[in-house]
Amino acid sequence: MADSPVIKHGSDISAAVKDSLLSGLIALGLFGPLVGLRTEQNMRNELVVQGRWGLLASVIGIIIVGRFLLLTLVWPAMAARKERAGPVSETPSAARQAVSRWFAPASVVFLFLYPAIVVSLLGFQGSLKWVDNFGIQILIYVMLGWGLNIVVGLAGLLDLGYVAFYAVGAYSYALLSSHFGLSFWLLLPMAGIFAALWGVMLGFPVLRLRGDYLAIVTLAFGEIIRLVLINWREVTNGSAGISSIPKITLFGIKFDASPDGFARIMDLPISSAYYKIFLYYLILLLALLTAFVTIRLRRLPVGRAWEALREDEIACRSLGINTTNTKLTAFALGAMFAGFAGSFFAARQGFVSPESFTFMESAIIVAIVVLGGMGSMVGVALAAVAMIGGTELLRELAFLKTIFGSNFNPDQFRMLIFGLAMVGIMIWKPRGFVSSREPTIFLAEKKSISGSLVKEGHG
Amino acid sequence: MTGQNGTPLLSVQGAKTYYGKIIALKGVDVDVYKGEIVTLIGANGAGKSTLMMTICGNPRAREGKILFEGRDITEMPTHEIARLRIAQSPEGRRIFPRMTVLENLQMGAALDKLAHFDEDVERMFTLFPRLKERVAQRGGTLSGGEQQMLAIARALMARPKLLMLDEPSLGLAPLIVKQIFDVIGELNRTEGLTVFLVEQNAYHALKLAHRGYVLVNGLVTMSGTGKELLQKPEIRAAYLEGGAH
Repeated sequence: MADSPVIKHGSDISAAVKDSLLSGLIALGLFGPLVGLRTEQNMRNELVVQGRWGLLASVIGIIIVGRFLLLTLVWPAMAARKERAGPVSETPSAARQAVSRWFAPASVVFLFLYPAIVVSLLGFQGSLKWVDNFGIQILIYVMLGWGLNIVVGLAGLLDLGYVAFYAVGAYSYALLSSHFGLSFWLLLPMAGIFAALWGVMLGFPVLRLRGDYLAIVTLAFGEIIRLVLINWREVTNGSAGISSIPKITLFGIKFDASPDGFARIMDLPISSAYYKIFLYYLILLLALLTAFVTIRLRRLPVGRAWEALREDEIACRSLGINTTNTKLTAFALGAMFAGFAGSFFAARQGFVSPESFTFMESAIIVAIVVLGGMGSMVGVALAAVAMIGGTELLRELAFLKTIFGSNFNPDQFRMLIFGLAMVGIMIWKPRGFVSSREPTIFLAEKKSISGSLVKEGHG
Repeated sequence: MTGQNGTPLLSVQGAKTYYGKIIALKGVDVDVYKGEIVTLIGANGAGKSTLMMTICGNPRAREGKILFEGRDITEMPTHEIARLRIAQSPEGRRIFPRMTVLENLQMGAALDKLAHFDEDVERMFTLFPRLKERVAQRGGTLSGGEQQMLAIARALMARPKLLMLDEPSLGLAPLIVKQIFDVIGELNRTEGLTVFLVEQNAYHALKLAHRGYVLVNGLVTMSGTGKELLQKPEIRAAYLEGGAH
């Protein structure tokens, strides 16, 4: 069935009809018991079988129609396109080059304008969801993805416990600000430094490990941090977490309704949107800092050493590179950015608990880096938008309840869709969204500038 | 030209290396003097590569000593040994496959913080013009011969005092092997580059080298000048049977 030959001409309808009906029959056999029958407990604790024939019929209908369309329209069209397309040229087209060149700067400009666009379209109150749930949430993961990209993408050290450093950053801010009243701007670098220290502490014991072994140890490390947070009640308040963490101020100006709050000073109507927009720009700048540092470091000896380390550790050593230091700097730097993001997260939520730092978070961040294409900044950002934005979008699908009944919760399908999407991407783009690697050095072809330009002979 | 008086540049004294409980080198003595090409020939599993890797400290010699310029380097970390300007083109080439040819060369020059990078790159392109054609290509997409050239060029970028090559002829067409060996010979004549060459291709290696050692089962069984060794019937029988290729 699956390998039935592609029908070349759209005229061969009868074969397509037969094939689709056969698919419908198989679907009936498969989904009949799975979807069509539902068991429920009644009052007397007995199982009662209920038929869901309507749902079954619609599933089978979709399969028959879908199969028919595939056979008559989609596959012939794809085959025709394949025939038409000649040999693919080696060099990408001018349009493609322009896209890859301007995509990143254009996105940055868009991100800076994003809150203004949303506010102008939906007003301050309407913008809340789009700036907070989408903008800030996605940017946190972009930053985490870029931070982990240093460790996994550049240095090639598979770290499955990255969320531990995020937790260190979050708890550093939560504890130090609520106990000692220190400001966010002081604690942000401190959280980064604490996390970096933990990065080095994790780095030392795992220096000799690579690949699977490294992954397991870092995974364990992530869990240890979470369990310590749960069980060290005196300090962390256990699984209840820490609440009412102070908000971030802008040069001492608070974002609240108080007389010297931001809205009053600026003479604006009271709204929580200003704080969200402020947070949005803050995380945007933090994420861009991560990107900037990474791009700069790639061109410096330490960044080159990371990439060489990913490729071949033994060759690195024989070229005089200290692999110990190289690995530790990768761990420390990656952890530092997670620490920054963590302290931002704590300040934004106003509440932290070990719940936020489960293995699932690490897995999502690793997935973002791998899906994006190891080492590619643009790819990682795109993957974060797709993964986190996609999750948030699912919440927007509440209207589907009118079709599937009030029990239907699109959120529940998150993991299913994740899994499907990941399998699909790994089939079609096995090296991630952006698989090409940008070289850090080019041969300067025109070393001597022509004399007509500088009005001097060239030496 | 091969001043054998004074201290050797590299001196391996009674090196014994183990892999777990298995002994791979049973007490090897090898000297390399400044300005020489010294080759080490032997069959598969004789311990040739092990000796070369032992000099670099990975694995370490459990007994014996390794001296470089009279200094004991037996216990030094690998990357510090490399910083003494012992450059290595390791077995299997080990170029960085996802990095471009130029980036590979850049990694070779990491020791000097790229102080004379442009100049040295130009020199490598004169030695290996093929690399210039491939300069922006990823290392992994090069042919075997080009990868070997790149591995040697990368090692040379460090301006080494001692260049160690592990089977540069492995899997390459005879013409390419000749090209590579010609370059090594030329560097030795014009710049006095000291080379320690591990080879299975005994004919080419002995013809190129000033002196040679024969390693059998972790022990040096014979040594002498390249010409002497080429004449010996045992060597002809064991390593050159089937004619010069």
